[in-house]
Amino acid sequence: MLYAILCYHDEDFVGSWSKEQDQEVMKKLTVVQDKLAKQGRLGPVARLLPTTAATTLRKENPPLVLDGPYAETKEQLLGFYLIDCNNLDEALDVARDLGAANPGGAYEIRPVGMFVPGGVAK
Amino acid sequence: MTDTAWIDAALTSARPQAVGALLRYFRDLDTAEEAFQNASLRALKAWPQNGPPRDAAAWLIMVGRNAAIDEVRRNRRQQPLPEDDRAISDLGDAEDEIAERLDGSHYRDDILRLLFICCHPELPPTQQIALALRIVSGLSVKQIARAFLVSEAAMEQRITRAKARVAEANVPFETPGAVERSERLAAVAAMIYLIFNEGYSASGDTADIRKPLCEEAIRLARLLLRLFQSEPEIMGLTALLLLQHARSDARFDRDGALILLDDQDRSRWNQKLIAEGLALIDKAMRHRASGPYQIQAAIAALHSRAARPEDTDWQQIDLLYGALELMQPSPVVTLNRAVAVSKVRGPEAALEMIEPLAPRLSNYFHFFGVRGAFLMQLGRNEEARVAFDRAIALANTSAEAAHIRMHLDKLMRDSKPRDAKAGK
Repeated sequence: MLYAILCYHDEDFVGSWSKEQDQEVMKKLTVVQDKLAKQGRLGPVARLLPTTAATTLRKENPPLVLDGPYAETKEQLLGFYLIDCNNLDEALDVARDLGAANPGGAYEIRPVGMFVPGGVAK
Repeated sequence: MTDTAWIDAALTSARPQAVGALLRYFRDLDTAEEAFQNASLRALKAWPQNGPPRDAAAWLIMVGRNAAIDEVRRNRRQQPLPEDDRAISDLGDAEDEIAERLDGSHYRDDILRLLFICCHPELPPTQQIALALRIVSGLSVKQIARAFLVSEAAMEQRITRAKARVAEANVPFETPGAVERSERLAAVAAMIYLIFNEGYSASGDTADIRKPLCEEAIRLARLLLRLFQSEPEIMGLTALLLLQHARSDARFDRDGALILLDDQDRSRWNQKLIAEGLALIDKAMRHRASGPYQIQAAIAALHSRAARPEDTDWQQIDLLYGALELMQPSPVVTLNRAVAVSKVRGPEAALEMIEPLAPRLSNYFHFFGVRGAFLMQLGRNEEARVAFDRAIALANTSAEAAHIRMHLDKLMRDSKPRDAKAGK
């Protein structure tokens, strides 16, 4: 079974870490990740850029583009995509295509700051 | 991370919101700061034992407020409260109200107000910055003094004076209207840009000491953007700071001399910061409401996107500077544009463009540096030497002077026969 682990934290707090504190945390995390990677059990790992870099597409008709992260609490996170785009407009185009195929709800589009492809041995 | 390290980080991140709310309650900066200080001391005791509260800012506001009210009550037994002390006497102690207010949009204006009082127009820029770093960022006087390269006593005095001015200024505490809010936002953006520049304009020997100023400016810009998510100029400002800061590791050589963009080792640029900056510009552009920060960020972005200096889209940069000139006419902007023009249309056109600026920039270091460079490219070496000499006389930092001296050395080499070059 594949499991996704979604990371939540207070962005202001994490953003107040010094560079050294941040590196220390990342180093500790890498130890855990390396162990999983050796066992062929680590899929992709991503650290997202701050929510200030996020844009949200509400899948209404017509779709509505809003600045900032998805902030409502009445919907639940059901899945995610990782796509490679040259800019935000391309990413929004993809999101619109997806939204046309599956209207309702919203997509939050957030650039990825750090990405480790990983590979799950199956 | 140790206990104190994460508590420090939590206090730092909660500070703008907590001090902002306490200022709204007490309408007095010193009381608000003192209340926050008190709450922080209690946090240092309580948090390691009980674990961190879920909402650190709410905890600090509640504890800080109660501590300050207790103090007022203690004092009241000794002397009666002044009649018009409405701000304190109508506080009540409704805890529900605090929770409600924190959830609401109130805190957005709290933080903006806190930043805004530091931008009082009568305060010289250096005082604005010092005050913001002390009050909003919570840097110690010692840290600020270090970043400004002045003594602690001098900085203490500067901040005390600035606070006195602010206290007289009577910033209104009512929720601002739309127009006033956007005016405040612009003033705060300008102040954040000043903080960044204070760090960014450092010379090579002090760059490391002053770097925290750049980092703090970025933190404040992100904070502001989180509060005002749909403001393209705040996106532009944040992007501009990120893109410029991304180059900080490549800007100085080992001796502290400035390395120009064309000569920087681009592999040392911070790609993560660049990615964030580019993402923000993309967002801002969608609003189709251009502004000076967005344009400057777009220019910085074009540099960031070029893998090699020769890949730079100078034509586009020329156009962007043209737009900036219309929006914010200034000889310095034209001077910058001329650099792009020299790449697109050659040094002659560029020189022609900056000649009319001479009277207004007769004391400006960069004017003579740029002029000298154009003249040198045109082979007018004697005139170039005169311009460079003038630039050195006007240099603000040793790094600037050293950089121009490099040009002069090159002029010397070029004017000698080939063997001097071959020996290089």
